[in-house]
Amino acid sequence: MDLTAAASGQNLTLQRLKKNKSALAGLVIVLLLLIIALFAPLLAPHHPHEQKLDLALTAPCQEYPFGTDHFGRCIFSRIIFGTRTSLEIGVIVTAISAFTGIVFGLLGGFYSGFVDELIMRVVDIFLAFPGLILALVIAGLLGPGMFNVMFALALVGWMGYTRVVRGAVLAEKEKGFFAAAKALGAGDFYIMYRHLLPNIIAPVIVMATLGIGHAILTAAGLSFLGLGIQPPAPVWGSMLNDGKNYLQAAPQMTIFPGFAIMITVLAFNFLGDGMRDILDPKLKEKRIT
Amino acid sequence: MALLSMRNLNTVFHSEEGKIKACNDVSLDIPAGKTVGLIGETGSGKSVLGLSILRLLPRNASLTGEIRYKGQDILTMPGKQLQQLRGNEIALLPQSPSTSLNPVLQTGSQITEGLCLHRKMKWKPAWEKALAMLRLLNLPQPEKKAREYPHQLSGGMKQRILAAISVTGRPSLLIADEPAKGLDAVLRAQVTGILRQLTGETGAAMLLITHDLKVAASLCDEVAVMYAGEIVENGPAEKILTNPVHPYAQGLLASLPEHGLRPIPGYGPSLLDLPAGCKFQRRCLLARDVCAEKRPPWQVFSNGWHARCWFIDQSRKSQQNLYRGDLQKTAV
Repeated sequence: MDLTAAASGQNLTLQRLKKNKSALAGLVIVLLLLIIALFAPLLAPHHPHEQKLDLALTAPCQEYPFGTDHFGRCIFSRIIFGTRTSLEIGVIVTAISAFTGIVFGLLGGFYSGFVDELIMRVVDIFLAFPGLILALVIAGLLGPGMFNVMFALALVGWMGYTRVVRGAVLAEKEKGFFAAAKALGAGDFYIMYRHLLPNIIAPVIVMATLGIGHAILTAAGLSFLGLGIQPPAPVWGSMLNDGKNYLQAAPQMTIFPGFAIMITVLAFNFLGDGMRDILDPKLKEKRIT
Repeated sequence: MALLSMRNLNTVFHSEEGKIKACNDVSLDIPAGKTVGLIGETGSGKSVLGLSILRLLPRNASLTGEIRYKGQDILTMPGKQLQQLRGNEIALLPQSPSTSLNPVLQTGSQITEGLCLHRKMKWKPAWEKALAMLRLLNLPQPEKKAREYPHQLSGGMKQRILAAISVTGRPSLLIADEPAKGLDAVLRAQVTGILRQLTGETGAAMLLITHDLKVAASLCDEVAVMYAGEIVENGPAEKILTNPVHPYAQGLLASLPEHGLRPIPGYGPSLLDLPAGCKFQRRCLLARDVCAEKRPPWQVFSNGWHARCWFIDQSRKSQQNLYRGDLQKTAV
């Protein structure tokens, strides 16, 4: 193969992904979860709200692969539908946090001085609160519900992105192309969007991938505490909450949702860690020479 | 009237250690279509002067004096107008080809965006135009190279890309900041060729900032010699680069390999604490008491050729380079 073609960005990324087993496993699981979420109605044997009280707390069997809960609902189906909510929360929360972080980080890093001080001090203030407690307070104030949970989680998640982006921008500003773009009369926002953003996006992608797992976990935590999305919607966190009273009688009520949360978060963490290795520019240089 | 004229320009950086006076009372004219070389050793304020023209200095810098471009004062110009000026009227050909291109964008698109920005072209025709420019600059396989990223190109190719970017706005003045810095002899020759081609084809004037006297000799119409933030000699290139008046310029020339590779003794003064009087006095072979007391005025030597030295006559009368000394015999 042509040497330059082999060394070009896209191919290299794919090649490295193939070599990185845990990242590949993470990617496969994430894709599987996406498929499950998309085709939930086709995959689930029962409607997630369908109650058969006479079959409550059935152990796993042929009809109910993961058993039933205290209302006689199919846990397997609820977990399948729960994938939707979990991924939705994870992705949307991360998208909002990352976007906010990128905007504020770019502005702060680019304009240094007063704007930077202001943004970074606000970040410091937010970082001074323990994340889960702050999310609890916000979710508690706003009341439960999908939108409120996402808002609360985004509000405690954007600071990390801001810091990372700002730091990267400060580093990029020292490089020649920044001054060159300015010297050629490019506008501030043009430089931020076209020249700085592509240069700082790699660490943000890594952070966001890890962040999805974290958001899912925190959302589950909020749901477990009763502040998340309300029943009867199938949510992994509140399924755990329901199950805690039946730990002895029906362990399947906690085991399977817990397992679902673990697998999902683990998959995103594997993928994120793998991305960090893959997108690391230093590694790229090593591979080429 | 000159295209760009600087009058009594001072650039000061306010640092924690004190005021760093990078440019002191600089007055210089760049006539339309001419190439003016700015030469001097590292740290003499050449690059700062170039960046001052475009007001591309960090926040802690302050500029006083006057820079007039086509009659407009750049220093008092509002930001929007200045941004219009950058690239369109005055363009910068930046210092190092290896860092001045955005590493994550295709090289061709970086020229194209300049064309879209300055000439209001659509992306497709602008891309074609970019390829045409690269072809003109003798870049091999322009179609292929334009799709590649900066790290896949050699230094000379990157320099060509940068050269193409710098003229996307059809500037009347090009500021080339050390275009040959850190390049080997072959590349240096290529870069000089590119620069000559650029100014030749666009008719733009150029301020060539360099410490490479050979590059200056092959490209410049006029030369200004800078020392410790001050212009000490200014005049026609062929005169200054062969037979300079100012002791410092003579020393620079003597330090060339073909003139005996004889360095000027000592170091340049700290820009934090400049001596009163002549800035070069501590290293000058002609220095007397008056040099430490009073700053030498411009001494006009001939039409358009002047130097800041109290002893212009002595240094000229000797009819030879002060710093060559006895090594002259062994020099080839």
